[in-house]
Amino acid sequence: MGEGPTGEMHSVFGYYFDLALRSLRRNNALTALMVLAIALGIGASMTTLTVLHVLSGDPLPGRSGSLYYPQLDPRDGHGYVPGKVEPMDQLTWIDGMNLLQAKRADRQALMTGGDVAVQPDNSTLDPFYEDTRFTTTGFFPMFGVLFEYGHAWGDAEDEAHARVAVISSRFNDKVFGGGDSTGKTLRLDGAAFRIVGVTGDWHPNPNFYDLNRKSYNEDEGVFIPLSTSQDLSMAHDGSVNCWGNGGAGQAPDHDSPCAWMQLWVQLDSPAEVAAYKEFLVHYSEQQRALGRFQRSPNVRLRSVMQWLDYQQVVPDDVRLQTGLAFGFLLVCLVNTVGLMLAKFLRRAGELGVRRALGASRRALFAQLLVESGVVGLIGGVGGLLLALVGLWLVRRQPAEYAPLAHLDPLMLLATFLLALGASLLAGLLPAWRACQVTPALQLKSN
Amino acid sequence: MEILPILASLRKHRIPTVLIVLEIALTCAVLCNAVFMIGQRVSAIRLPNAIDEHSLSTVGLSGTDEKTAGSDIPRNLAALRGIPGVQAVGAISTLPLSHNNWGWSFGTSPDESIFNKKTVNFSLFFLGEGADKALGLRLLEGRFFNADDYADSSFGSAPLPETHVTLVTHSIAERMWPGQSALGKTYYTTSHYYTVVGVIADVLRPNIDGQGEASNYFSAFYPMSAEGSKGNLRRYVLRSAPGDRDRVMRAAEQKLIELNPNGVTKSAIYSDMRDQYFADMRSMAWMLVLVCVVMLAVTAFGIVGLTSFWVGQRRQQIGIRRAVGASRGHIMQYFQTENFLLSGAGVVLGVALAYGINLYLMRHYEITRLPWYYLPVSAIVLWGLGQLAVLGPALRAANVPPVVATRSA
Repeated sequence: MGEGPTGEMHSVFGYYFDLALRSLRRNNALTALMVLAIALGIGASMTTLTVLHVLSGDPLPGRSGSLYYPQLDPRDGHGYVPGKVEPMDQLTWIDGMNLLQAKRADRQALMTGGDVAVQPDNSTLDPFYEDTRFTTTGFFPMFGVLFEYGHAWGDAEDEAHARVAVISSRFNDKVFGGGDSTGKTLRLDGAAFRIVGVTGDWHPNPNFYDLNRKSYNEDEGVFIPLSTSQDLSMAHDGSVNCWGNGGAGQAPDHDSPCAWMQLWVQLDSPAEVAAYKEFLVHYSEQQRALGRFQRSPNVRLRSVMQWLDYQQVVPDDVRLQTGLAFGFLLVCLVNTVGLMLAKFLRRAGELGVRRALGASRRALFAQLLVESGVVGLIGGVGGLLLALVGLWLVRRQPAEYAPLAHLDPLMLLATFLLALGASLLAGLLPAWRACQVTPALQLKSN
Repeated sequence: MEILPILASLRKHRIPTVLIVLEIALTCAVLCNAVFMIGQRVSAIRLPNAIDEHSLSTVGLSGTDEKTAGSDIPRNLAALRGIPGVQAVGAISTLPLSHNNWGWSFGTSPDESIFNKKTVNFSLFFLGEGADKALGLRLLEGRFFNADDYADSSFGSAPLPETHVTLVTHSIAERMWPGQSALGKTYYTTSHYYTVVGVIADVLRPNIDGQGEASNYFSAFYPMSAEGSKGNLRRYVLRSAPGDRDRVMRAAEQKLIELNPNGVTKSAIYSDMRDQYFADMRSMAWMLVLVCVVMLAVTAFGIVGLTSFWVGQRRQQIGIRRAVGASRGHIMQYFQTENFLLSGAGVVLGVALAYGINLYLMRHYEITRLPWYYLPVSAIVLWGLGQLAVLGPALRAANVPPVVATRSA
């Protein structure tokens, strides 16, 4: 600092801070303009950055690293270029069942989406359709599903095609008015199911395990065994990809060349991942030898985050908005640099006097930077308020991800760091320029 | 107005000059791309769609017994026809912009596979008898389906209808048989083929990709008998006067529930359905507009701030010029010309930057090339903005009295 021992740093900083506030008050319009520019830039960028941050987040922190999604390529030879064609996004019934029953992973679950008519006993509620997951017992422990009441079903229920169901707490509130509903009966597509569990607060976003319905904010109310759903020919809901002369489009049967199942596996070490991949290649070769597959083994084993990235789950519009907002922040910054320069140079007289009285260039520079920092902090508070308003506006939008747009502590911290960093950056050039004043000249002209 | 003295003065104030030019350039670059994105969305929202959009309402019916779903259709249609105000009704598999898409790829020669690159993906619409009139499809060439076409068509085990007749949109006709009449032509997939009996005006697909793509209109229509529909004619369309739509839709919902006690209905007025489809795009467009307006305001105030400072710094210089005979007009012109030059430099730089950003976005997103006319338009806008912003400070400069020259600053 050049003005004394470092022990006095604090008081020197306080003095600069005081000077900064006085100076900012003196030039109200200019200060307001700078604060507003920073606040607008920060507000816009933090709104869009928060949305991007929420949408590209990890759906199951701590767990997602060991969850993998096997993909195979059972299609015929048409249009196949080895090494260039991605395998299918889903599995056929036969491959899904084969991989599930091979039990080569620590845990595994085969699943698909369904749309099931709920016929409540409660006469005040009309029948309605509910998004349902048809899956196997591994789903619940593997994905860390929390239970408010009861528990998941087990292997025995899967094998027995048991009429058991797990429901979400939202669904429980809607149909049973909340409370412990385990043991109660639920009518689905005309069949009676016994409720064995009610899930707690478990809402992975994005809905990574099946992106065919909604990528965000999907809220399945009912989970039933896959085997049972097939017995009752419950309606499938999601994407079906058939090839060749595939079976009927909307209700895929088990033998048709159509992919509509998802398999997730839990692999806890890199060695297991490598071994599982090996297994997929081996399986493809085996199926080719049997004549079911016609292509050379074309497999993928993506982790949750790789899968989300591959599926480009974050909407393009959100990325574009973020880019645009940062472009806007840049405009605001250049604008602030200009205004800061005007402000500092206007005080050439005052700075000249301080120089003449013995303040070093470095001291002046520090003082001016503190002033920019103060502008940044006030702008940051304004930006935070604007970001809160912006996120509130986003939540009112029709997009499926809209309700998720909330500021978290990390983004709160990021807001202030960005504001402070931006304003210090904006102050650097003007402060340097203003420190070039020659003390004598300024004294003479005044 | 002499430019050389202005340039000389700008050279002495390098940093503020560079800052103003940079700010205008960045604003211009962001503005061009943002306005282009707004334009793309607005034109998507306004895409024409050759059905009677403003007269239609629709009720979907599901949850009924699969086995009787087909034979229930004539009974349901008769009941709906009895609702006062209903002009036409029909059963259909899906509607444009309903998100409920059934796609298949076809080629123009018999041995096409769905994975062949040369094939073209269509959206399939299955029409029950009378649905063509209820929708208000507009025939350009050929004929609509006749009673025999409907009676002969059904679903077998394949995901394609067992019929050999089809209606295609004008866009499909142009894509498959450019420069020829599509009437009587046939398109193929591995196991099925269909012959065009009529060409209709462009109808949007259930899902569209971007704007300006002919593929948005690759919709093909097939006749479907009620009995053979295997639960694929689940949507009823009702045509009525626009003012009656809401009442007709509610009455239809009630009638269908009365006739099918286990059924679950989902109804919408078609124009609401269309608005819903574009709701995300509309909110994105508004957010872009907001950012553009705020950005222009920030830039304008930035120019006001810097020019005011500039004027303040040069009061004595201005006084001297006034004292030696310059009029107020001269002083104003000086600042206006100066701003014109700065904006000009900013716009030139900005246009280059805008193209750079556009090229980057084209590589990574579904964005087309920036049309050339965005550049002169944004140049004019920014020049105008600069002139507007400089007006206040320039007036203040013009009001500096010549006597200032005699005082020391």
